[in-house]
Amino acid sequence: MAPPRLYKTEAIVLRQRKLGEADRILTLHTPAYGKLDAKAKGVRKTTSRMSGHLQPLNRCMVQLARGRTMEVIAGCETLESFQRLRDDLDRLSRALYVAELADRFLPERMESVATYRLLLETLRRLQSDADQDIVLRYYEMRLLDLSGFRPELARCLGCNQPLQPQQNFFAPAGGGTYCSSCGAGAAGTRTLSLNGLKVLRLLQRASYKETERLSMPPALAQEVERHLRSYIVYMLERDVNAAAFVERLRREQQPLEV
Amino acid sequence: MNEQTTAAPGPVVRLIEEFHKLPGVGPKSAQRLTYYLLRMPVAEARALAEAILEVKERIIFCATCQNVTDTNPCRICDGDRRDRSMVCVVEEPMDTLAVERSGSYQGLYHVLHGAISPMDGIGPEELKIEELLARLRGDEVSEVILATNPNLEGEATAMYLTRLLRPLGVKVTRLARGLPMGGDLEYADDVTLTRAMEGRQEVEQ
Repeated sequence: MAPPRLYKTEAIVLRQRKLGEADRILTLHTPAYGKLDAKAKGVRKTTSRMSGHLQPLNRCMVQLARGRTMEVIAGCETLESFQRLRDDLDRLSRALYVAELADRFLPERMESVATYRLLLETLRRLQSDADQDIVLRYYEMRLLDLSGFRPELARCLGCNQPLQPQQNFFAPAGGGTYCSSCGAGAAGTRTLSLNGLKVLRLLQRASYKETERLSMPPALAQEVERHLRSYIVYMLERDVNAAAFVERLRREQQPLEV
Repeated sequence: MNEQTTAAPGPVVRLIEEFHKLPGVGPKSAQRLTYYLLRMPVAEARALAEAILEVKERIIFCATCQNVTDTNPCRICDGDRRDRSMVCVVEEPMDTLAVERSGSYQGLYHVLHGAISPMDGIGPEELKIEELLARLRGDEVSEVILATNPNLEGEATAMYLTRLLRPLGVKVTRLARGLPMGGDLEYADDVTLTRAMEGRQEVEQ
């Protein structure tokens, strides 16, 4: 449905880029109109009334005017500014990763209430004291699901038999798992431990409340992260920029030389 | 290019295309500028061309502060009136002009040439951060003022720099963030108001 000439909607700002002298183009995620670009005029001047309300990751009520090439923001007001994300570099880097994934997976102007709700809940979880990495893994798996890239985790993609409780294989290019005999030696497959498989299945099947109780040893957490990341990169056919910064911060946080 | 420009002589088309590459110059503006230049006296056109070449040939980055300059070290780094114990870290060369214009700062600068923007793939290694750290190691600098922009990228950059600088034992300060002159309290967003409230100061008698 084409939106009216002037309309109001809730939105989360996913990203922004500069335009001309003092304008910006914002990428917004709205529930009813999906992802869309909107021009915010004059927001790079210090006297702009809107600039503070339109920072990336803000949830705000925006008034949009349909323009010739893209919507123009006529007014806006902050609903939720996620202050705690902004004050902490580790949280901020993860929130930006979350926003980048939403931007890359969502098609333009397709109603998408489910991904909007997922994005909002994920940003709130990143603000809380929950395990940041579990929040991210849950988000990744749900986003894959909602955008039609759900990986196959029950059966072998080669012989179609249910996976046995043992070490199997994961293949991003195939779209899921291979059993120990089909996957061995096949191109682009990586070993998937039994616990890794269990965690991936839990992320795919369970509610956030159930996954929240998960406590993974570092090696397992790394394995799950690596598999999901390689799957995402394969589906997007590109790297996720913000992931590099998350990793860099993690590396630098580890005790360095004295 | 559209059909109007392909009908023009080759050199004219070429100039239009060159103007079109500039930021904020669309096809119509490029045409207008080109036809304006055609009517300009040769001496003026030559002066413009030479100015462009001179900028490209003579301007370098100051080895100390990374600002654009035609002398190395630049005039600010070399100035004997500057306070060498303070370094003001900014994103772009143009930001130093803004601070200089205010006349409220007598210290030195450091230009990062950008801000951390994880989603665009701009990480710390793309900025002149190593050069800043090198300056602080030996130098007589006692305070670093983080003057990156008060937006998401600028804040991320300031937080990252704080992490790096704190162990060096140098005083790290951030420009106050709050209500702009000429602004309106009722239009201020929560973050700005919170910061303004946090940074409130006693009114001097």
